[in-house]
Amino acid sequence: MIKARKFFGEHILPPLLGLGMFVLVWGLISQTSESLPGPLKTWNSAVILFTDPFYQNGPNDQGIGWNVMYSLGRVGIGFGLAALIGIPLGFMIGRFDFLNKMAAPIVSMLRPVSPLAWLPIGLLVFNASNPAAIWVIFISSIWPMIINTAVGVRQLPQDYLNVARVLNLSEWKIFTRILFPATLPYMLTGIRLAIGTAWLVIVAAEMLTGGVGIGFWVWDEWNNLNVEHIIIAIFIVGIVGLLLEMMLVRLAKRFSY
Amino acid sequence: MKSYVQIESVQMSFSTRQGEFVALRDIDLKIERGEFITLIGHSGCGKSTLLNLIAGLLLPTAGVMLCADREIAGPGPDRGVVFQNHSLLPWLTCFDNVYLAVERVFSATEDKALLQQRTREALALVHLTHAEHKYPHEISGGMKQRVGIARALSMQPKVLLMDEPFGALDALTRAHLQDELMKIVAATNSTVVMVTHDVDEAVLLSDRIVMMTNGPAATIGEILTVDLPKPRNRLALTNDARYHALRGGVLEFLYQKQAKEAA
Repeated sequence: MIKARKFFGEHILPPLLGLGMFVLVWGLISQTSESLPGPLKTWNSAVILFTDPFYQNGPNDQGIGWNVMYSLGRVGIGFGLAALIGIPLGFMIGRFDFLNKMAAPIVSMLRPVSPLAWLPIGLLVFNASNPAAIWVIFISSIWPMIINTAVGVRQLPQDYLNVARVLNLSEWKIFTRILFPATLPYMLTGIRLAIGTAWLVIVAAEMLTGGVGIGFWVWDEWNNLNVEHIIIAIFIVGIVGLLLEMMLVRLAKRFSY
Repeated sequence: MKSYVQIESVQMSFSTRQGEFVALRDIDLKIERGEFITLIGHSGCGKSTLLNLIAGLLLPTAGVMLCADREIAGPGPDRGVVFQNHSLLPWLTCFDNVYLAVERVFSATEDKALLQQRTREALALVHLTHAEHKYPHEISGGMKQRVGIARALSMQPKVLLMDEPFGALDALTRAHLQDELMKIVAATNSTVVMVTHDVDEAVLLSDRIVMMTNGPAATIGEILTVDLPKPRNRLALTNDARYHALRGGVLEFLYQKQAKEAA
């Protein structure tokens, strides 16, 4: 009983209090502004929105569920392609110093570029908005994967390599039994950073490309001047991002030695 | 008659920024089959370097090194190494850590069941059958070192090389593992080269103690033959005058002939 109360006091009460205050401040601000809807109005709007999240009225009017799913789909494809290319590339850059020196200037030059700057190139090359959005996600998530995988390979303790040498292991065994497992935690950090950025970028990319997706939905609702829906979208983006992060943290914990 | 391990006028130097650094010079050592050799000396005397040379992790700049009549040209499973810091792979269970070594040496000639049996036998030898499915972080330091020994022995090496294997352990665990090692070596009739800086450990375990001079350009100072009868018992030896004489001999070498100022 005391334990339960202590748990409540330490882990449940503070976040609830924080959220409560957030809603309170939001409510107060909305009182002073005519255009900003308050929490209650937004809540009522959300209830209506979520009673039928998967309706389909033509290509530009689909339920909120579909919008989120489409965005996640784009992130999934762009991110998956980035992993497919970035992780092996990271291994090679980490293992061979020559390749590292070759790649270093390119990576350091392109990494700070906002992924959205790549959107026109994508539109130009693919002649369609959907692959262009995926392309932007690909570019935004490939850097952390390359860099973290390469760092992981380079951090490989000499002890493990000595074991490999003393046992005279084949290159394949070295990769599967030593290099890959030793690098996995670094790789997962890269993946976590990548998916964070990808989810951040998809909203902006979809605002520009249109089509079904949470980013375009925000833009559409702005054009409809439906501010409640924009606020709801912000919460949805935040919660989905949080869930993605939590998923990967759990995965990373599973593979920490 | 040729010896099992032969080291002839071996020199080892490293190129550093300050130029050539000679770590070892004029090393001549013959090790017979079934012998237990310890290398002892102050830190920096190159005893680990000598062990790494026998392991093949380093190659000598001059001289000849032979193991069972074959030149040592690199690391190989005929020389099992037990590292100071156990060097177990943390993502593999104790069983899999040993299996990795067994598989490398015997998979060409034996099927999986036999390889698994070898792995279990190696773990049984160090009394770790109960921990075979545990991961390294789940077992104590002494147990980890025992898995390291099992891994090295499982390859049935011609020579077992140990680099201060018990250095990181507490005194009681160390004594326990020394006793176990004596039994294992007696049972398997292994040839062992062990680096240590523990005088008692050297006298207790060795057939011969190779005492090294201070570096740089270290070499073998004296070789002390330990003719105490086997099996040895650490308690009985505490009252044995010969034991104390040998121990005194090593101490005299280390603290009088090769006295070193505190670093």
